[in-house]
Amino acid sequence: MATNNMVEIRWHGRGGQGAKTACMLLADVAGLQGKFVQGFPEYGPERMGAPITAYNRISEKRCNIHSFIYNPNYVVVVDETLLDSVDVTGGLKEGGAIIINTPGSPQEMRPRLPGWTGKVCTIDARRISEEILGSNFPNTPMLGAVVKVSGVLDTERFLADIEESFKSKFASKPRLFEGNMATLKKSLEEVQIG
Amino acid sequence: MSHRLSGNEAVAYAMKQINPDVMGAFPITPSTEIPEYFAQYVADGEVNTEYVAVESEHSSMSVCIAAQAAGARAVCATSSCGLALMYELLYVAASCRLPITLACVNRALSGPININHDYSDSMGGRDSGWIQIYAENNQEAYDNFIMAMPIGETPSVRLPVMTCMDGFITSHAVENIELLETDVVRRFIGEYNPEHYLLKKENPLAVGPYDLSPYYMEHKVLQAEAMKAAKTRILEVAAEFEKISGRRYGLFEEYRMEDAELALVLMGSTAGTAKAAVDKLREEGVKAGLVKIRVFRPFPGEELARALAGTRAVAVMDKSEGFSANGGPLFAETRSALYDLKERAYLIDIVYGLGGRDVKVEDIEKVFGRLADIAVTGEIGPLYTHMGQRSKEEIA
Repeated sequence: MATNNMVEIRWHGRGGQGAKTACMLLADVAGLQGKFVQGFPEYGPERMGAPITAYNRISEKRCNIHSFIYNPNYVVVVDETLLDSVDVTGGLKEGGAIIINTPGSPQEMRPRLPGWTGKVCTIDARRISEEILGSNFPNTPMLGAVVKVSGVLDTERFLADIEESFKSKFASKPRLFEGNMATLKKSLEEVQIG
Repeated sequence: MSHRLSGNEAVAYAMKQINPDVMGAFPITPSTEIPEYFAQYVADGEVNTEYVAVESEHSSMSVCIAAQAAGARAVCATSSCGLALMYELLYVAASCRLPITLACVNRALSGPININHDYSDSMGGRDSGWIQIYAENNQEAYDNFIMAMPIGETPSVRLPVMTCMDGFITSHAVENIELLETDVVRRFIGEYNPEHYLLKKENPLAVGPYDLSPYYMEHKVLQAEAMKAAKTRILEVAAEFEKISGRRYGLFEEYRMEDAELALVLMGSTAGTAKAAVDKLREEGVKAGLVKIRVFRPFPGEELARALAGTRAVAVMDKSEGFSANGGPLFAETRSALYDLKERAYLIDIVYGLGGRDVKVEDIEKVFGRLADIAVTGEIGPLYTHMGQRSKEEIA
């Protein structure tokens, strides 16, 4: 149950892909913009590759509800193979959107989302990450995509705030700092909304 | 200072601000991050705590007991089976009157093995003589940890304090939090200057010797008196804490209880979810309210009876089984507390959320629905039931 003006986001990923980290980062940056936030994971078996779910609530008032999110406004799928095994659109609100990490287009994804008639967005997070960072870290481009699609945060301010956050996170790895900023900007440009 | 931190980060940060003398450290999910973050503070020279990495929780609590007996301030963190492995030492710490502070990140006990939240771990330690304070969210976890030492160390109390937060739900959830300045925390905590301790050369002390029948009972009575005195001290410390933080705490929190006819008694993060249900029902004209138990040991029986005196039907929600065949531990306490009321509400127990089974606003609304029926019919139905488990058909 979401109260008025609350945005709820559900992340689906696999252990090791950084879905939880991106979820926490989104909470932190939204908090910097004066929002009340929650970012929390739901753990199943703790191992690399196992499906994991993570959640965000972002609102203007502190949210006391501590249940999982069953009716999200947005769903982020960090690993395309989850479309075959997890009901990713389950409970997704009409008027919301699903954002999938795939080289495919929204039109190509739609047949794989039976019952979902709302917005489908795609981003080739793997390619962006591999081109810029040299390896597959899909979580940062997915974060950019969800910020763009949801409009929950002001994009310019989001980039400025996350730059600060990355500066300390990657203080000893300047290449990763620049690379992550570049993947974010690229994903903001490339996300396809269909 | 406004920040965003998880419950574990918040407690580790409180520990850093306190700068205790000793930490007994052993990892267990979901409390592992606390000694992890703290180890970084030690490595970075931000605290001068003696960080003792040991091979088990039995040893981490033993480290704390030895350190506190020697006159130092000791802390540790644990969960679930780790707390179970400490049980023998929990009793030793409390009976030696050593005000150790333990962050318990609640997690279900085995078996079957499960990493998620319920209170079976700390409820198992409820008779060990520790003060137990439970948090609804990261803010309360932080605040409670800062209040723990001024409560436990005061001469009229001298008892160890366990501050509890919900595993994963609170420990791993990033939320907004207001942090105090470190110098404010240090002034609030003050120096630890116990009157007696093992290494005091003017008056050396034996700690934990054999206690024969002629004295054992007297010691237990003193321990019981200390637990009674803790209630007053907890409120005094809360009043002092309000001055530095603006945040008010009691033995429990009453939420929309002023004219409530239907009420819940529960603990921890579920209280937040239940507040949303209460708000919704209030908009529909239902006189719903809830009491969130913050201090479970000492149990605020008389105060709770007063808070529930005007209600018609009450559901206690226990997030641990207890296997008494007569309801969970919170129910036993609440029912006992209400005995002396001339007019008592109808009272039921609902055991829920075991091993991390999620509880939604709608689930809480259903509990209120049942209370509304009971208030009308006067029939409580089964006294003690479980909520949220699937039927055989649903599992198949």
